[in-house]
Amino acid sequence: MSLKRNILDLRKRKDQVRLGGGEEAIEKQAAMGKLTARERIHAIVDEGSFHEYDMFVEHVGTDFDMGGKVLAGDGVVIGTGTIYGSSVCLYAQDFTVAGGSLGLMHSRKITKIMDHALKMRVPLIGINDSGGARIQEGVNSLAGYGEIFFRNTLSSGVIPQISVILGPCAGGAVYSPALTDFVFVVENISKMFITGPAVIKSVLGEDISMEALGGARVHAEITGNAHFYALSEKECFEQIKQLITYIPWNNTHKAKAFPPQEPKTKLKIENIVPADARMPYDIRDIIKTITDGSEFFEIMELFAANIVIGFGRMNGETIGFVANQPMVLAGVLDCDSSDKAARFIRYCNAFNIPIITLEDMPGYLPGVDQEHAGVIRHGAKVLYAYSEATVPKITVIIRKAYGGGYIAMNSRHLRADFVFAWPTAEIAVMGPEGAANIVFRKEIAEAEDPEAMRAQKVQEYKDKFANPYVAASKGYIDEVIEPQETRKILLHALRISAGKDVQGPAKKHGLPPF
Amino acid sequence: MADQEKKQYIIVHSAKYETTYTKKYLNRKVWEEPNFNNINSYIPGTIIDILVKVGQVLDEGDSIIVLEAMKMYNDIQMPFKGRVVKINIEKGQKIPKNFLMMEIEPVD
Repeated sequence: MSLKRNILDLRKRKDQVRLGGGEEAIEKQAAMGKLTARERIHAIVDEGSFHEYDMFVEHVGTDFDMGGKVLAGDGVVIGTGTIYGSSVCLYAQDFTVAGGSLGLMHSRKITKIMDHALKMRVPLIGINDSGGARIQEGVNSLAGYGEIFFRNTLSSGVIPQISVILGPCAGGAVYSPALTDFVFVVENISKMFITGPAVIKSVLGEDISMEALGGARVHAEITGNAHFYALSEKECFEQIKQLITYIPWNNTHKAKAFPPQEPKTKLKIENIVPADARMPYDIRDIIKTITDGSEFFEIMELFAANIVIGFGRMNGETIGFVANQPMVLAGVLDCDSSDKAARFIRYCNAFNIPIITLEDMPGYLPGVDQEHAGVIRHGAKVLYAYSEATVPKITVIIRKAYGGGYIAMNSRHLRADFVFAWPTAEIAVMGPEGAANIVFRKEIAEAEDPEAMRAQKVQEYKDKFANPYVAASKGYIDEVIEPQETRKILLHALRISAGKDVQGPAKKHGLPPF
Repeated sequence: MADQEKKQYIIVHSAKYETTYTKKYLNRKVWEEPNFNNINSYIPGTIIDILVKVGQVLDEGDSIIVLEAMKMYNDIQMPFKGRVVKINIEKGQKIPKNFLMMEIEPVD
């Protein structure tokens, strides 16, 4: 009899917490096109798999009349569940409770689930929807953020960390997502910035909307802070669940293998690439002729589109692809594309994902803006990341591999395991046009018809050096292959590399140029 | 003109590649040779005071403008010994970053 009363009391208490900030606040949330914290979690995890903890945690603020206030779950939901049957840890800030603001106990709930994820070696998914620090709790709020950032760093490279920005994420709060592996944003809902429009206007006089300053599209296209961009929360959750299928649960595992499939695309690999090295094509079409089921899960599609990164599968196993994109900025390396590629290479290396590099690039983007933006130190990140990586590393040179770009794009010299080249490959210190201008400067200047002489010398240089055979004669590439053999040879190389085991010298950590 | 498809090119080492531009590339800042005779605002703000007049000759380090920005009074000084040629601001004016506040010329 008394037991039943206790159970009913418990249910009532839990129901009360589940109401978050109350019906009115939930309606407001819905009016903004947003789901509630618990709805979001349920949309990501397997049905019925979620267990919530710390429901009865209460805030500890006493200043500014906070003492008497009840904040359901202190504005954050934490728990564990499964995605496709595998365990994950999650937290979701509840905007309906005090604007999802972060106080001491709110942060303790988050760090509790973070500690749990690291201990159990399972991924952490954090859903951010918060007005920021709970000002009334003062420095305790800052302490909370610090504890979160510390754990993000500790977990980095051990478990996958995924951040989902589904509301405002401003000030210090943005640094937790920035420290994690993948950041998801949704149009009109996600807002990330250090300093908001009001402050910018008051101190600098610059008038900008929240969306134009730190909206989803800005972070997906301009800043590179976001990896995935969706038009709705639903699409965002689908992207998360798709990503999850490609990555391992922690750094001691491999990603789950799927049944191998042949490519589905009707495109013929040898018909995609124009013979003229100055004409563009979409490198993703090449990737689709190589991967299982012609599936390619692109990451950071909108940012620095001159390089393409993402996951595909070969023989059922996850592979990381890094590929120059001739269709955008001629596929050059620049500050942003170097940054994008380097971080992805390091991700693959940390999580045991082999890397396939497809190369077709004329060099680095010329320009004062690039030089002054530090293309030297950004470009060096790519050299560092490839050199450091010990996962299987395979390169296919499709057309242009010129100069520093040739070295950077996982060349033999950075200890690529296999380097293949198509017969269309041009491996040279620079393109024929540039090289002829330098090597034959005198002949061209002194010729009766300099333009005809230039054309002749360009052709001479092209015949002699714009091919894969000079590099092949030195052993810098292992095999010149026919385009239609590419998938078959890559599958073979991956099979041979499966047991790869190399160790670098012992060190505390290296000093990549960031 | 607007509906005519315009091909986009990037030139690297004398070779011209057909491609497409990114928004960021199109918006990149084109470098200009700095003109040291121009006193530009390095931060947006409000002109609190103008301490000099046109024609006045000043030494390097002399204060010429007080610019309030980020809640601070910034003391703008002469970068070298010179004469004030033109003043493009007035007291109380709000100016953006890189606004040409004053033009000067060196004197021996």
